[in-house]
Amino acid sequence: MADEARDAGNLRSIPALLKRNAERFADRPAYREKEYGIWQSWTWSETAEEVEALALGLLELGAKKGDFVAIIGRNRPYLYWSMVAAEMVGAIPVPLYQDSVADEMAYVLDHCGARFVIAGDQEQVDKVMEVAEGLHQFEQLVYLDPRGMRKYGHDHLTSFAEVQRRGRAARNARAQDLAARWSGLGYDDTCVMLYTSGTTGKPKGVVLSNRNIIETAKASAGFDHLTEAEEVLAYLPMAWVGDFIFSIGQAYWAGFCVNCPESADTMMTDLREIAPTYYFAPPRVFETQLTQIMIRMEDAGAPKRRMFRHFLDHARRVGPDLLDGKPVSAADRAKYALGEVLVYGPLKNTLGFSRIRVGYTAGEAIGPEIFDFYRALGINLKQLYGQTEASVFITQQPDGEVRSDTVGVPSPGVELKIGETGEVFYRSPGTFVEYYKNASSTADTKDAEGWVATGDAGFIEEGSGHLRIIDRAKDVGQMADGALFAPKYVENKLKFYPNILEAVVFGAGRERCCAFINIDLTAVGNWAERNNIAYASYQELAQHPQVLDMIQANVEETNASVANDEMLSGCQVHRFLVLHKELDADDGELTRTRKVRRKIIAEKFADLVAALYDGSDEIYTETEVTYEDGRKGRIRATLQIRDARTAPVVAPVREAAE
Amino acid sequence: MKDTEGYVTADGRQIGGVLMEMRNITLRFGGVVAINGISFDIREGEIRAIIGPNGAGKSSMLNIISGFYTPSEGEVLYRGERRPAMKPYEVARMGVARTFQNIALFEGMTVLDNVMTGRLTHMHAGTLSQALWFGRARDEEMENREKVERVIDFLEIQNIRKTPVGRLPYGLKKRVELARALAAEPSLLLLDEPMAGMNVEEKEDMSRFILDVNDEFGTTICLIEHDMGVVMDLSDRVVVMDYGRKIGDGVPDEVRRSQDVIDAYLGVPH
Repeated sequence: MADEARDAGNLRSIPALLKRNAERFADRPAYREKEYGIWQSWTWSETAEEVEALALGLLELGAKKGDFVAIIGRNRPYLYWSMVAAEMVGAIPVPLYQDSVADEMAYVLDHCGARFVIAGDQEQVDKVMEVAEGLHQFEQLVYLDPRGMRKYGHDHLTSFAEVQRRGRAARNARAQDLAARWSGLGYDDTCVMLYTSGTTGKPKGVVLSNRNIIETAKASAGFDHLTEAEEVLAYLPMAWVGDFIFSIGQAYWAGFCVNCPESADTMMTDLREIAPTYYFAPPRVFETQLTQIMIRMEDAGAPKRRMFRHFLDHARRVGPDLLDGKPVSAADRAKYALGEVLVYGPLKNTLGFSRIRVGYTAGEAIGPEIFDFYRALGINLKQLYGQTEASVFITQQPDGEVRSDTVGVPSPGVELKIGETGEVFYRSPGTFVEYYKNASSTADTKDAEGWVATGDAGFIEEGSGHLRIIDRAKDVGQMADGALFAPKYVENKLKFYPNILEAVVFGAGRERCCAFINIDLTAVGNWAERNNIAYASYQELAQHPQVLDMIQANVEETNASVANDEMLSGCQVHRFLVLHKELDADDGELTRTRKVRRKIIAEKFADLVAALYDGSDEIYTETEVTYEDGRKGRIRATLQIRDARTAPVVAPVREAAE
Repeated sequence: MKDTEGYVTADGRQIGGVLMEMRNITLRFGGVVAINGISFDIREGEIRAIIGPNGAGKSSMLNIISGFYTPSEGEVLYRGERRPAMKPYEVARMGVARTFQNIALFEGMTVLDNVMTGRLTHMHAGTLSQALWFGRARDEEMENREKVERVIDFLEIQNIRKTPVGRLPYGLKKRVELARALAAEPSLLLLDEPMAGMNVEEKEDMSRFILDVNDEFGTTICLIEHDMGVVMDLSDRVVVMDYGRKIGDGVPDEVRRSQDVIDAYLGVPH
């Protein structure tokens, strides 16, 4: 289908796209949801009718232009319709994270002054009711699943079905008003407001216009040639910008079908049944799937296991090349085809990836082994880099130029520049309008020319033009000789080894880098069991000479790989020790989302850091720990410190040359 | 308490007339008297608990209600009529379903198949048409599967629909058992220690489900339970048994204050 055809008419809002889809793709599926064990589906024309009924119902409830409508719940067609219906009446949809606690919800509902809340089930209704007292603008709560709410008072409470019923009944009276409202929506009217999760400070409401969403959807759908034939599985939080772009922006632009799982727990089964052609998942999901495959293969019979390994090795060797269209010998191709029949095909089918055409991962670094595994199977998994403020896309990898260590080239329409401190800036049609009611933050993030600071440090690779992200800009420092110090970059590389759970690299303002390592008790314990190594405690295992040898090998491999990067080769780890306790959020060493708190660790283990730098071979230390029940205790241990071989730096730091 | 109008519970639910009545039930095993002249009733729409220390005769009582045991003396009235000695499956057809203290599921079968067995009393097609899966058997199975899916959705076990029961943890097995009982669309649901061996979270879930079943389907529930806290929170009326005798009967607050009950639970110096 030609893009001009899509451009035709006045497609300047999501409701306008819905109307076009209802005409052009009338009988194609727009939504599916598994309920009562069966995939229920709605075509585009049915969707248009449902959304309209809901929008009319919202008018009956008194929705006005510019109102905010909060939407809370798991991914369900009804809630996607709610967002479109809200826009239709001229209101602004605000999807919220369903796992946020009542207080967080109260902040957001109060901040945007939502008059209406559409909630998925009793759990969400309860949370809203709990905080409703303090919300002066809040008026009506619409709920979807009536279960458990038989005894609720119905003053401010209406069921979704009832709102639609009232809407349908009022069609004659209100249809004209509704049509006038949505056809009056312009390109610069707000399409949606999304709150950033707010790891620091209060959440901020990112205002995205129709232009942001539709331009981004158009460009990114073109980039990956998305058509109305795609199938996606909508399982990531509706409050996340990615879901809004994939399940509404691109879905409405290209006209493809959005499938909603039966429940969060059935996601893997539903994935297999739907077999999406376009798929997004954070690295964690791919990692878990790979681990599950490997564990299940261990339980398979010996011939199957041998066949699996044999063909997987072959796939690792030629699979990525085949995917990238590079030359591969006829014999290798034939063997790969046989592998497809015997191993890859069935495996992809089990994973739900048999029809996948484009897959993306983003959010954090993905282990090269994991990444290569999926690509070897012929799954076109790529990386992208984005954020809410950009309507997702900043950079993404084009087909044929996919690597695990870059995040790709600028997406169509996006301009990039690297600031003096190494921070990445971008400007694009998707760049957000503002932070709602927060002009100072808007000004801090977006300058007058429209350049937005990402808060991430990175550089553009010479030759390929790919962007590489090294760390959060505020964590990047300098070593004593002025070389770039990017601890997370090295830590991520270390953490890709299964034996290493956490790593903390020190080196800011120093001559050399040193590191703390946490072993992964599951992986190392398993290894010890297989090798008949007895140990009585975590500490003993952590200090076992063979374990230290293993970790040392991992550190040295990491050094070799870090050395390849001329900008970061100064970050090689010269000395390391394996910690006697697991870093723990209860002891304040990690955040609740398991991010390392570098400063606190450096203060708490100051004696160990000193020992790393003064050249001693071992150090005796005592550490206070907090048990789960709140009691405190002390751990005493003598830790070995090892020197790791570092690779020679490829080229001197070329700062002067640039 | 012999009125037929019923009563209104503390949380405002209307409880109906008497659904089942036990009159002077005595049960003997040889010389052992397991139940000694107990009378009480179960009203439509209520959650009725039977509690008591170990060996008080609670499970025997439940087995009498479910028709597994026939009382040595006394009679059981169902909807006002005397119930003759019946086989358990006949009682099941009357609309009584139960779960077991020691889970009694088919371990090798999937959750879905196990729950489907709860619909057996509603299937009437002949063996031949079932084997060939045509005509009435097919329509019946589709109809029953739909009912079963509602139950699966209600108890939130969609994710284990196709999992063999043997692979499930204990708490989930209990929930599957409840699903099977619910699939029969009973008018009276008997639960034998639904919370036994569960952790706090599983107990909370199960309590929620029991309340929801009662609320959503109006099912009358009779349960046996050890955990006093759970019983007092869940049930509308409680019968307390000790050594085969009834030592208390009433709303939870009344029962909690009764000296006999306190003695039975905490022991008295002899």
